[in-house]
Amino acid sequence: MNSVMRRAFFPIYNNTFKSSYRLFADKSINDKIDTIVKNNKVVVFMKGVPDAPRCGFSNAVVQIMRMHAVPYESCDVLADENIRQGIKEYSNWPTIPQVFINGEFVGGCDIMLQMHQSGELVEELKKVGIKSALLTAEEAKKENSK
Amino acid sequence: MTCLDNQHETKQYTYLSRLLLVLLFILHMYNWYYSLGSSFYSRTMCTASGVIANSIRQKLQTALQTKHLEVLNESYMHNVPKGAETHFKVVVVSEQFEGLALLKRHRLVNDILKEELQNGVHALSIVAKTPEQWDSSDKVVESSPNCRGGFGK
Repeated sequence: MNSVMRRAFFPIYNNTFKSSYRLFADKSINDKIDTIVKNNKVVVFMKGVPDAPRCGFSNAVVQIMRMHAVPYESCDVLADENIRQGIKEYSNWPTIPQVFINGEFVGGCDIMLQMHQSGELVEELKKVGIKSALLTAEEAKKENSK
Repeated sequence: MTCLDNQHETKQYTYLSRLLLVLLFILHMYNWYYSLGSSFYSRTMCTASGVIANSIRQKLQTALQTKHLEVLNESYMHNVPKGAETHFKVVVVSEQFEGLALLKRHRLVNDILKEELQNGVHALSIVAKTPEQWDSSDKVVESSPNCRGGFGK
């Protein structure tokens, strides 16, 4: 019985406070996000900071960025509730983390992981003039074997 | 007379208490049996039984005519009450993904599950493949990253 009640009420109880923030996520937040996204080649909206991510999905993205040695701007959505809601509307994407490359929304954790595995990420970074550390390592390996 | 009456009362009392004990015992056994049953049920059905999980399954099935569909409740990996339906992973295989970029596939799934995402579903991990891609893959879905305790605040 208990678990049934919990199942039934948890979503409601969980969502009580969220809707009130919608009203404040106005144009100024949108502009603020826009300037962050447009002024940096790579931006990651995440929970926590790169040195201490507070969500497993955000951490996964940070680790991928570290592997490729990408210089990026990060934005902690837990520090600002307006940005946390605003970013979801800005990109029309419901979850955090969110990655922007060259002002364009690229995806969340799943997409970053797949792009990393397929090698697409290296290409995408090349387009904006960032050379992935994995590519550099590969080239060095080839040089050595020659 | 009074003595007889008393006896009668005590007799009735013992009879009632005995009945009560038996009833209690039955209730106890019932509870025990039920608890066994329910834990067995929850252990085997945890990926399929939830209310939200079912609605996710149904929506994806009807909207995308899925060839293969898995709805995994990963909430137990996170800092939420037992039995919660907050963190999900879906494996969707559909012909409708043909020719769509990854981002568009994910947007499609997010859009279909918009209501759920606004009402309690906190995380949704998506694997979206076409039947061809699914058949040529190893069909093993990697588990999601460990929680880092950022739920809520």
